[in-house]
Amino acid sequence: MKGWMGKFKSLFLLTSLAIILAGCGRENLTALVPKGYGAESSMNLIILSTIVMTFVLVIVIIVYVIALIRFRRKKGQENFIPKQVEGNKTLETVWTVIPIILVLILAVPTVAATFDLADDTNASEHINIDITGNQYWWHFDYANEEIQTSQDIYIPTGEKVYLNMLSSDVIHSFWVPSISGKMDVNPENVNTMYIEAYEEGVYWGKCAEFCGPSHSLMDFKVIAVSPEEYEQWVGDMQSVDPEAEPQDAVAQDGKAAFEENSCMGCHAIGSSPAAVGPNLTNFGDRSKIAGFLDPTKENLVDWLMDPEAIKPGNKMTGNYPDLSEEEANSIAEYLLQLQPSEITPESAGN
Amino acid sequence: MSIAATQKRGFGSFLWDYLTTVDHKKIAHLYLFGGGFFFLLGGLEAMFIRIQLIKPENDFLSAGLYNEMITMHGTTMIFLAAMPLLLGLMNAVMPLQIGARDVAFPFLNSLGFWLFMFGGILLNCSWFLGGAPDAGWTSYAPLSIQSPGHGVDFYVLGLQISGAGTLIGGINFLVTVVTMRAPGMTYMRMPLFTWATFITSVLILFAFPALTVGLFLLMFDRMFGSAFFDVALGGNSIIWQHLFWIFGHPEVYILILPAFGLFSDIFSTFSRKRLFGYTAMVFATMLIAFLGFMVWAHHMFTVGLGPVANSIFAIATMAIAVPTGIKIFNWLATMWGGSIEINSAMLWSLGFIPTFTIGGMTGVMLGSSVADYQYHDTYFVVAHFHYVIVGGTVFGILAGLHYWWPKMFGRILNEMMGKISFWIFFIGFHLTFFVQHFLGLMGMPRRYWVFLEDQGLDMGNLVSTIGAFFMAVGVIVFLINIIYTAVKGEKPGDDPWGGRTLEWATASPPVYYNFKQLPLVRGLDPLWIEKTEGKGKMTPAEPVGDIHMPNSSILPFMMGLGFFIAGIGFIFQVDHSAWLIAVYAGMATAIGSMLIRSLKDDHGYHIHKEELEREAD
Ligand code: HEC
Ligand SMILES: [Cu+2]
Ligand SMILES: [Cu+2]
Repeated sequence: MKGWMGKFKSLFLLTSLAIILAGCGRENLTALVPKGYGAESSMNLIILSTIVMTFVLVIVIIVYVIALIRFRRKKGQENFIPKQVEGNKTLETVWTVIPIILVLILAVPTVAATFDLADDTNASEHINIDITGNQYWWHFDYANEEIQTSQDIYIPTGEKVYLNMLSSDVIHSFWVPSISGKMDVNPENVNTMYIEAYEEGVYWGKCAEFCGPSHSLMDFKVIAVSPEEYEQWVGDMQSVDPEAEPQDAVAQDGKAAFEENSCMGCHAIGSSPAAVGPNLTNFGDRSKIAGFLDPTKENLVDWLMDPEAIKPGNKMTGNYPDLSEEEANSIAEYLLQLQPSEITPESAGN
Repeated sequence: MSIAATQKRGFGSFLWDYLTTVDHKKIAHLYLFGGGFFFLLGGLEAMFIRIQLIKPENDFLSAGLYNEMITMHGTTMIFLAAMPLLLGLMNAVMPLQIGARDVAFPFLNSLGFWLFMFGGILLNCSWFLGGAPDAGWTSYAPLSIQSPGHGVDFYVLGLQISGAGTLIGGINFLVTVVTMRAPGMTYMRMPLFTWATFITSVLILFAFPALTVGLFLLMFDRMFGSAFFDVALGGNSIIWQHLFWIFGHPEVYILILPAFGLFSDIFSTFSRKRLFGYTAMVFATMLIAFLGFMVWAHHMFTVGLGPVANSIFAIATMAIAVPTGIKIFNWLATMWGGSIEINSAMLWSLGFIPTFTIGGMTGVMLGSSVADYQYHDTYFVVAHFHYVIVGGTVFGILAGLHYWWPKMFGRILNEMMGKISFWIFFIGFHLTFFVQHFLGLMGMPRRYWVFLEDQGLDMGNLVSTIGAFFMAVGVIVFLINIIYTAVKGEKPGDDPWGGRTLEWATASPPVYYNFKQLPLVRGLDPLWIEKTEGKGKMTPAEPVGDIHMPNSSILPFMMGLGFFIAGIGFIFQVDHSAWLIAVYAGMATAIGSMLIRSLKDDHGYHIHKEELEREAD
């Protein structure tokens, strides 16, 4: 089983690699190049089912084409009446039994994989992250490590990481195609899944359950770093001093403006679990702003001046005083300097 | 042509005729017209969606408007286009196929149509009254509860009213098939389209109540402060998903089985061969319908139901491939050894086989739960269900229209244009949807208002949009064909295709009482039997006698109108209690009409024997 599956898989991977090289599908986003345990499980079944079903399709097409060529009414056959056949027991049995066998071939590994991916018996021995889905951003709470962060989730490679997911509003769905299939984030119950990334990298995550106007912009990143780097990141995050004064004057003004303009009411800096808006402890290390904008100062100022234009329906718009260009600028300076760790998306090879 | 004749009588009486008709053939025209109208509307919405997605981060539509578009596109196409068009074909053909003079409940038939029509109009009024629903055609709670404005209220009431119409239609067809078959028309002699109508009606009967319940709960949550789906108050939003899909999965079989039925008739007719494996085909249809109720949670693999539920539903889902496969192979075997004639009706049917097989193939792939963790809610799913719904249902409707047009309207659709529209639409369809399988796997979730630059999704989306334009052109050619045919189309006589089933034993279009004498059915494909072994036409099963006919009535229209007005009232009474007047007035109209119907005896009328004999000359 594993043997020929393996061969087909490498064949399939090669073809999909070719497709990707041809400019279709972006690495670390596409599910066609799995780089994690869940994605690989899914991929195995995708390949198996594609092979089985293509086999059926090919047979259908062959019979269909031959029938059309051979039995198309030709000139001079206008009055030809073919033999009226009622049926054929043997044939009908054949095309009932063969599909049953094919379905079984597919069903057995499906069930095995389903139970495998749902296994959370040893969850407590691994890293656990509590995830909250919000319109339209993600919050990550490393409860045991007492770290809070948002938008970028750091995990060590080669280890199972358990995600316990709950929504604060409507249903979302946590999907990192290259690492793992998706799981819904419901408001009524905690759903647990585990992910494991094989290689270092910054993987695109997407919300896959329709959740309102900015559903398509509710992106996040999974930053898989080596276990050592992960340890270092945890240490750095734990030793953050949220009160620390920035070095330069502009950023100091920014910090003051941040405190004056009720930003604190929603955004925590440090390990406070309050989370009406994203935790900004390591905002300067973020791979993106608001999940999808490049982390430049201009983009950040744009966001602070008018978030509605960037993410329609977001929950920040209108809930803080209007900022002057100058204030926005200094806040941006301050926030971008929040870089508590050496370990950043770059460490994962971004 | 009847329309031309009636126009001489003036447009007013023509309109009145259709508003009050209880004749299944005219109700079929109404369904085709109504469904066709909504099909064009839904198609327009689809074009807006594809234009928005022609390039990354496009700003053709705003996020809010885009969400309204996708919601209305899905809702319109499923509830207001595909289903009514099928109901139209069923109405036009099924009574003829079983040798009946009308359906069992002509009055209910009309009521079913008007409820559908008013429900559809109500839903679309939302565009002008503050915004269309925007929570997706699935309207998942809590998003649908949270959705501001009245959009989702229109969804709830529009679907509730049109759903009632569908339910009534289903019950009517069920009783018709059970009680109205001509002498000798046993169940196992019924054409496959009639079988499909019958089984579809059973599905409607059992599936729609789940939707009705779900919509009522949603209505109460939104309008009257209940909390069935409100987690904060102890409700549970997953229940909506169960209710929706307990209805929703059978619904896809409600859409596909009638198409299966008519393809069976078409393949057999144009191969000049008896349907291969008739019995297996009938039982496969039943099995599909039965299994259709056992698989709803395959739409919920990622909800977190646990591995046991996911495994059971995965296996049940894959199992449906077996009866479906039986059908595909039986169609191929029907053509095998036949004398295949390829015309427009047959082209649509031939296009269906590879297209639907791909759709079925991806269906099995989706059924594999762990693989579905990747496919779910991505463009892969969008591709899959368009392959089955367009490749199955829409191709089916178009095949059926080309096949039965001469029967329904007495004129034959232009072959040339028929073929052109098929090829343009067919190519456009595969251009649009084939790449979407890959878009999904490359990381594009569905219902994305924009996709970002630099994610490798540009090319696929561009191709898809180009394909959509081809499809639009195909539809336009078909519309031109309809107009051309109405004006200049040939009149091919009663039986242009060498038909095998009873509808081809009537006039084209059939007289209003269908059969002067009910036919005697001697086997499967009764007309074919008479052509090859008998006198060439049906033997009557009864002497010429008086025919009992139902009276026309405006009451079904009034009931529909009443519910429409009450629906508007329900939606806006949340804002101001003065709108309760509309609720009362509407309900009074509807219930008043019901009272009139119940209390006033209406025995119909008789066409006398003498008249029938005179008409024959
Ligand atoms: C009502 C609560 C609220 C207030 C007040 C608020 N925000 Fe936000 N903010 C949010 C939310 C919610 C988001 C996430 C938006 C989204 O992505 O949908 C957000 C996002 C952000 C982001 C992007 C975060 C990331 O991880 O990419 C920044 C930066 C930000 N806010 C800065 C500020 C500043 C500066 C202020 C004060 C001027 C402020 N916010 C006031 C709620 C708030
Ligand atoms: Cu979302
Ligand atoms: Cu389904």
